[in-house]
Amino acid sequence: MSLDLATTRRIAKLARIGLADAELETVRQKLDGILGWFNQLSEVDVEGVPPMVGTEMEALRQRDDVVTDGNCQAAVLSNAPEKSGPFYAVPKVVE
Amino acid sequence: MLTKLTLTEARAGLAARKFSARDLAKAHLDAIDRLNPKLNAYITVVPEQDVLTAADAADARYAAGTARPMEGLPVGVKDLFCTKGIKTTAASKILANFIPPYESTVTARLLDAGSLFVGKTNLDEFAMGSANITSAYGAVLNPWQRKGDEATALVPGGSSGGSAAAVAAGLALAATGTDTGGSIRQPAAFCGIVGLKPTYGRCSRWGTIAYASSLDQAGPMTRTVADAGLMLEAMAGFDEKDSTCSNRPVPAFAQAVGKSIKGLRVGIPAEYRAPGLSPEISAMWEQGIAWLRDAGCEIVDVSLPHTKYGLATYYIIAPAECSSNLARYDGIRFGERKDAATLDGIYEATRAAGFGEEVRSRILMGTYVLSAGYYDAYYLKAQKVRTLIKRDFVEAFEKVDVLLTPTAPSAAFAQGENMADPVQMYLNDIFTVPASMAGVPALSVPVGLDSKGLPLGLQIIGRHFDEETVLSVGGALEAAAGFAHTPTLHAEAGA
Repeated sequence: MSLDLATTRRIAKLARIGLADAELETVRQKLDGILGWFNQLSEVDVEGVPPMVGTEMEALRQRDDVVTDGNCQAAVLSNAPEKSGPFYAVPKVVE
Repeated sequence: MLTKLTLTEARAGLAARKFSARDLAKAHLDAIDRLNPKLNAYITVVPEQDVLTAADAADARYAAGTARPMEGLPVGVKDLFCTKGIKTTAASKILANFIPPYESTVTARLLDAGSLFVGKTNLDEFAMGSANITSAYGAVLNPWQRKGDEATALVPGGSSGGSAAAVAAGLALAATGTDTGGSIRQPAAFCGIVGLKPTYGRCSRWGTIAYASSLDQAGPMTRTVADAGLMLEAMAGFDEKDSTCSNRPVPAFAQAVGKSIKGLRVGIPAEYRAPGLSPEISAMWEQGIAWLRDAGCEIVDVSLPHTKYGLATYYIIAPAECSSNLARYDGIRFGERKDAATLDGIYEATRAAGFGEEVRSRILMGTYVLSAGYYDAYYLKAQKVRTLIKRDFVEAFEKVDVLLTPTAPSAAFAQGENMADPVQMYLNDIFTVPASMAGVPALSVPVGLDSKGLPLGLQIIGRHFDEETVLSVGGALEAAAGFAHTPTLHAEAGA
C-alpha cells in the first residue's frame, strides 16, 4: 500500500507537528520509501507467536502505596515557558 | 600524558599522589579548550571553577584515605542524561534552555562514586541517528582521519558520537553513552574505543531522556575493557524509580577481565556474513576468531535465522515508542514554546520548529504504525517478529557462551555519505540492532586499523545478565589485538 497525501496530513495532525503544504509531499515520499522497506516483514510467519512486550526479563513489581515525592512546586515549574502563579499558562481553551 | 590514561591508571596515579585530581581536571579542561571548537564533542562544558572545586574535594578525599572508586576521574556525560542544574538538551532545539531540577539515576550513581563531570557530550538529536549529524548543535567530527585524505571530515558514528570522540581524542577519560539500536557500540567502533551496552534493565533509565523505552540502555564508553567494567559497576544497580530496572546484584565486573576464557564456546552467526560485507571487515573478523581459538575457545557455527528482519523490526518499534515518548514536548511544561492563538496551534508550531527533520520523520512514522488500521500490520507484526529474534538468541546461547561478530559494516564514513536514502543510513545498525531487540549485553572492542588507517571493532554478545563473560572474552580479544593507536586529532598530538 502506498502512502497518500491525505493520510500524511492526518498523521501530522495526530502527531501535532505543523507541516506546511509545501513540506507534505517531501515527507510523504520519505515515509513511503521506508514503509515499502517494511514490507519484507510480510514473508515472516508469525502464526501463534506472541508479541514481545519489553524484554520480559523482569516481572513488574508493586511498591507500597505511599507518597515518596512532592513539595517541589518551584522545581516542577522552573522550566515552564509561561506560568501564572502556581500554574502552567496556556491560551484560553474554553470559549 | 594525563589525557591518555585509562580510568584504572588514573585512579592508581591519584591514589599514589603522582598527580592531583586538580592537575588531571586542568589537563582535560585545557584539552577541551583547544580541541572542542574543532571536534564539537561537547555541547556544554562545566564551568572551570565548578570542576576545580570538585577536583579539590577529590584531592581531599585521597589525602584522607576516603577516595571512592571513580574519585576525581574526569568523565563526559552524554547530553541525554538529566544533570541537576546543568543544561540538558538531547541535542534538540526544543530543549535549548532546559535545566533539569533533578539528577538521573545513572549520573547520580557516578557522582556518588566520585566521578568528576567535565561536560555534556554531543549526540544525534534525541539519540536518533548513526552519524551524529542530526544534532541541533552541529555535527561532531571524528578525530580519526583517512591516511592520505586528511581533509575529508569523517563522522564519529552515532548517536553517542560526542562521547566517543571525546574519549578517543583525550577530552575525557571515559564517557557515558546510551544504546537503543547500536548508539554506544557503533560510535565506539568508529572512534577506536571500547563501548558496552549492558543487558536491558542493568542500568536505570530514570532521568535519561527517553527515545524507545523497551530498548534504551545506558552504558560506559572507555579506553579499555577493564575500564568499561569499572565504570559499569558505578552505573548499574536497582532503582525503584524504573519499573524495568533489574534488582539482581551488581557483580564486580572489572574482575571478569583477565579471567581465563579457555573452554568457552564462541558462536559465529552465519547470517552476519552478509553479502557485500567489506573484505577488510571480514578479514578482521577471521582474525578475531583465530585469536579466540588461540586463547582456548571452541569456535561453533550458529544460526540466528531472523537476523535479516532485525532492522525493519527495529525501525517500526523504535519510532512507535518515540512517537509516544516525545509527545511530552509540547511547549507547555518545559522547552521552547512557539506562540499561536490556540492550544493545538501552540503544539503544532512548537513541535514543527523544535524538532529536526529526522526526529520529525521518526515521530510521524511511529504515529503511522500505531494508528488505527495500520497497528496490526506494522506494530503488532513487528512485536511478534521481535519475539522470534529474541528466541534466536536464547536458542543460540543453549549451544554457546558468547557470539562474535563485527560491530559495524564499515569503518567511519565521511560527512555527506549515506545521507540521501534513510534506509542506507539505517543499515549501519545491521549488526548491533538484533542484540538490542533481544535485550542481551554486547561489547565493541577496537581490534585494528583498516588500510586507510581507520579503527575497526568487533562485537561480543552474551547471555542476558552475563556481562562478566562478555567482559572476559572482550579482555582476551583486547590483549590479543594490542590496539594502541590514537587518532590524528588528540589532546597530546604535536599541534
